[in-house]
Amino acid sequence: MAELAAWLRDPSPKSRLQARLGQGYMGWLRFRRNPLAMIGLLIVMLLLVVAALAPVLAPHDPITQDLRMRLLPPLTEGHILGTDDFGRDILSRLIMGSRITLFIIAMVAVTAPLFGMLVGTVAGYFGGLVDEVLMRLTDIFLAFPKLILALALVAVLGPGMENAVLAIALTSWPPYARVARAETLTVRNSDYIAAVRLQGAGAGRIILGHVMPMCLPSVIIRVTLDMAGVILIAAGLGFLGLGVQPPMPEWGAMISAGRKYLFEQWWVATMPGLAIFIVSLGFNLLGDGLRDVLDPRNSGK
Amino acid sequence: MALIEIDNLSVTFTAKGRPVHAVRGVSLAVGERESYGLVGESGSGKSTILRAICGLAPVSGGTIRIGGQPLPEPRGRAFSRQVQMVFQDPYASLHPRHTIDRTLSEPLAIHGIGETDARVVRALEDVGLPASFRFRFPHQLSGGQRQRVAIARALMLEPKILLLDEPTSALDASVQAETLNLLNRLRAERGLTFLMVSHDLAVIDHMCDRILVMQHGQAVEELPREALAAAAMKTAYAQSLFAASADRMLES
Repeated sequence: MAELAAWLRDPSPKSRLQARLGQGYMGWLRFRRNPLAMIGLLIVMLLLVVAALAPVLAPHDPITQDLRMRLLPPLTEGHILGTDDFGRDILSRLIMGSRITLFIIAMVAVTAPLFGMLVGTVAGYFGGLVDEVLMRLTDIFLAFPKLILALALVAVLGPGMENAVLAIALTSWPPYARVARAETLTVRNSDYIAAVRLQGAGAGRIILGHVMPMCLPSVIIRVTLDMAGVILIAAGLGFLGLGVQPPMPEWGAMISAGRKYLFEQWWVATMPGLAIFIVSLGFNLLGDGLRDVLDPRNSGK
Repeated sequence: MALIEIDNLSVTFTAKGRPVHAVRGVSLAVGERESYGLVGESGSGKSTILRAICGLAPVSGGTIRIGGQPLPEPRGRAFSRQVQMVFQDPYASLHPRHTIDRTLSEPLAIHGIGETDARVVRALEDVGLPASFRFRFPHQLSGGQRQRVAIARALMLEPKILLLDEPTSALDASVQAETLNLLNRLRAERGLTFLMVSHDLAVIDHMCDRILVMQHGQAVEELPREALAAAAMKTAYAQSLFAASADRMLES
């Protein structure tokens, strides 16, 4: 371990890989000093593990109904978090539901920021008419409340998990475009961009290889901070019956199902609510921690 | 025939709706293997001339010719192989998230030149940096080391002409001398032509065969190096500029 750490800290790396890993290690050391961020990371890691091992971890089948066992309170023998109105074990449903949540997060996190970043960097780099057109388009998307636009899209596309992802991705790219454009404007007149332009580099090369790496940290931070919002929109769509369809154990849909019993059997809606709360909190804490590590204004210390 | 010919060049920016004449009708000619200096205070338009050559500033009048050919618009790859530039601030001219290796191999990749590894190692050697610096990031280097990387980058495409925009003004005195000596050595070894901008007559005196004194975007006086050393300026402005840095010139 000590050797590995020394290798990572080597001020004169021998290869590209070592240089990159060394930078990552320095970032990790800075990240580790922030206990709240570590809690966030822990929650997110836990979500990953639970989702990966869901069929093994779930004590019961999340879909099979058993009406004799319906609405059992938490801490009942065999059903730690109780059962819902169809007698399904809530813990099992939460565990299986983590896969759906993670799938939605992953799909949105891959598509929306990439698209937004492309729009933002192209707009910022070229400026002028290109900038005007792309940014006004972004403004139009920003002007709609996210959930309403997602609702409209799902209503057109039809309910379901894939369409929910598509709707969320289509509504959440504009902030990334904004962030990326702002970063691009600060770097596009810098000497290192002038230098590479002088070497004959084309716009594509400059945008992908030189401008985007400068935008990436702020976009990554923004993504982790937005993940909580994505989970909530997905849950909201599920709650309204436009997201994942029953009997799939999606957390938002589970809250929606528990609404009828909110006063007498509070746990049916509360448990998935808690799950959403914890995961959202985890991503927020992680995002705050990443901001401290990745923010270019802090690097170099 | 001169390698760089600038004829009646004017550069006009638009700032807040009003035109700003940064360069007004400047003409100069730099011969092959010559080292030509542009001197003047801040805002005299000397850096703007370099940027205009590179296509980074809007030319509103006049012509620039390299080797007798007018420059194409946009500048294109052939131009990149002829002319390269070293920027003033080594803290701003290297990409903060690229390793030195990436910075130096980028021009090779753009022009499809092979043997990247060998060329990068040789380039570091040529500017007096150890090969162990290759995979460092700019923030792990000092200002002088960064400027050496910037010089190495400018030479990667083996240009004939190097534009130097106050290459040492951001460095402290001892590193300044080292960097200037490096540039002089590289010029001698490779037969480079320098067009150098500085506000510091001591630096210009050390580097240049001929100088052009500029003020308010206009050429004031052109002098050969001997005239500079003998303080034989004809115009009052050039004399006052000389007086301001004379004591340091005598030291060197």
